[in-house]
Amino acid sequence: MKQSGTKLYKVFIYLVLCLLAISIIIPVGWVFLASIKENSEFYRSPWAMPAGIYFQNFVDAWNRASMGAYVLNSIVVTAMALSLLLVTALPASYVLARFDFPGKRLLRQLFKGGLFINVNYIVVPIFLMFVDAQKFLTSAHIEFMPMLLNNRFMLAVVYASTALPFTIHLLSSYFITLPSTFEEAAAIDGAGYFTTMLKIMIPMAKPSIITVILFNFLSFWNEYIISFTFMTKQELRTLPVGLMNLMAAQNAAQQYGQLYAGMVMVMLPTLILYIFVQKQLTEGMTAGGSKE
Amino acid sequence: MNGKKSRTRFALLCVFPATILFFIFMIYPTFQVFKMSLYKWGGYSPKKTFVGLNNFKILMEDMKFVKSFQDTILAIVVVTIVTLTLAIIFAAILSREKIKGQNFFRIIFYIPNILSIVVIAGIFSAIYNPKQGLLNSILSLFNGGGQPILWLGDKHLVNYAIIGALIWQAIGYYMVMYMASMANIPDSFYEAADLDGAGKFKQFFAVTLPLVWNNIRTTLTFFIISTINLSFLLVQTMTSGGPNGASEVVLSYMYKQAYSNSSYGYAMAIGVIVFTFSFVLSAIVSFVTKRDILEY
Repeated sequence: MKQSGTKLYKVFIYLVLCLLAISIIIPVGWVFLASIKENSEFYRSPWAMPAGIYFQNFVDAWNRASMGAYVLNSIVVTAMALSLLLVTALPASYVLARFDFPGKRLLRQLFKGGLFINVNYIVVPIFLMFVDAQKFLTSAHIEFMPMLLNNRFMLAVVYASTALPFTIHLLSSYFITLPSTFEEAAAIDGAGYFTTMLKIMIPMAKPSIITVILFNFLSFWNEYIISFTFMTKQELRTLPVGLMNLMAAQNAAQQYGQLYAGMVMVMLPTLILYIFVQKQLTEGMTAGGSKE
Repeated sequence: MNGKKSRTRFALLCVFPATILFFIFMIYPTFQVFKMSLYKWGGYSPKKTFVGLNNFKILMEDMKFVKSFQDTILAIVVVTIVTLTLAIIFAAILSREKIKGQNFFRIIFYIPNILSIVVIAGIFSAIYNPKQGLLNSILSLFNGGGQPILWLGDKHLVNYAIIGALIWQAIGYYMVMYMASMANIPDSFYEAADLDGAGKFKQFFAVTLPLVWNNIRTTLTFFIISTINLSFLLVQTMTSGGPNGASEVVLSYMYKQAYSNSSYGYAMAIGVIVFTFSFVLSAIVSFVTKRDILEY
């Protein structure tokens, strides 16, 4: 009696686990299959297996729906934002963790408070700030007038800034745990603060730097609302915003193939990354995500 | 060499760039949200009128806002209860039972969390498609070609359709989080419970649940904030608030007021209310769920 009870329990568990797994695999896998279908196949049955590999969808999405340009924009913005984030957050996290200086406690509290700032509201004032600054620059006839909206660098700056609180929080908590003997030894050898930080301490923080890069890559690559607000020019849009337009256009025109090819272009880089680093990602999440 | 002085100078130099960015693009805009909520202001025009709390007064009588607020609360409650329950059960199963392919399940469950919200919107638009969608295709096997259900076109269903997508997206993330805290529970606790004759369910309620309680408390705050944000993003990308405003949530209503209606002051008043609401709700939840932390 007890035997069959546990057996039934086991079967039930596997059933439930498989159901949830299927609910994820089918829709995600289906996007990949749909991206290689000819449009006529969608009319017969959208959920049937593809008859062959119709790669033209990707070519069309890349060229005609300008997904190629969006891919490039996304790569450029994500790379700039990540570099900017690391260049500013690493030194800040290092000294916030290991140095004493006036205003340090306040600054730490402020960055911590920044974790609670909701990007979705502050996008509106930042947008208006850019509009105002643009007006000022135009009226002052400043030569080489930089555009603030529709500027990939400025978008990267906003991405990096909004990622600072989380990144500094995570990096500082790692720097605090490193032993101080390395710094002392470096000082005896005559290394300055800057050299010590760059050559010794930052390389030691590599595991947490990788975590930071992974999380921020995912959030910058997938970001939608900031980019949607700041990039009003078609040709400067990033991948998710471009995909959104493609979805609206293709749904209206009933051209599904290109749409799913576009979705694959957004998903594929993150999926590949995830396959390689899923362990670091899920472990890093619990290290930085929830403590305190 | 004046060691202390140069040390301080180095430290200040290091925090300077990050601090500047943080103040310009996070602290200052946050202040602006609060300040602008007190003005009647179109945004582009220089004409700004100080109206004090008037924006908030209008909001209280704006039925569209009240409805969007109720829908947001509904989403928070349903998403939290369903996701929390499922995530914790799956986490307990995967960390306590000997499951073949345990790693496989863990990897698969986390995938929705790395997808862009636009991709999720695309996937669910296909699932909810009334004619050819997966959901209606499955349902038609049972009811044999009745009227197709308009998941996103029916004003009573659309909120639950969005909630479904939110839950799908979130389960894996929270599951991994609970698994990590369950991994810290020593095996001896379960062995002792076993010897006392406690069954699986008893062990779950007497050992697992109390020891991950603190982790659950922290995630409750995440649930509130992320549901507010993600429900907004999904509404923007899937329904644009439709049909006829039925799926509007607070933040999508705020965006409409700001960008479509050019009432920036009014929009920022909504921002202030949502901010205060999420903050107060998190504080209440954290107070109500307070227990003595169990050490192990």
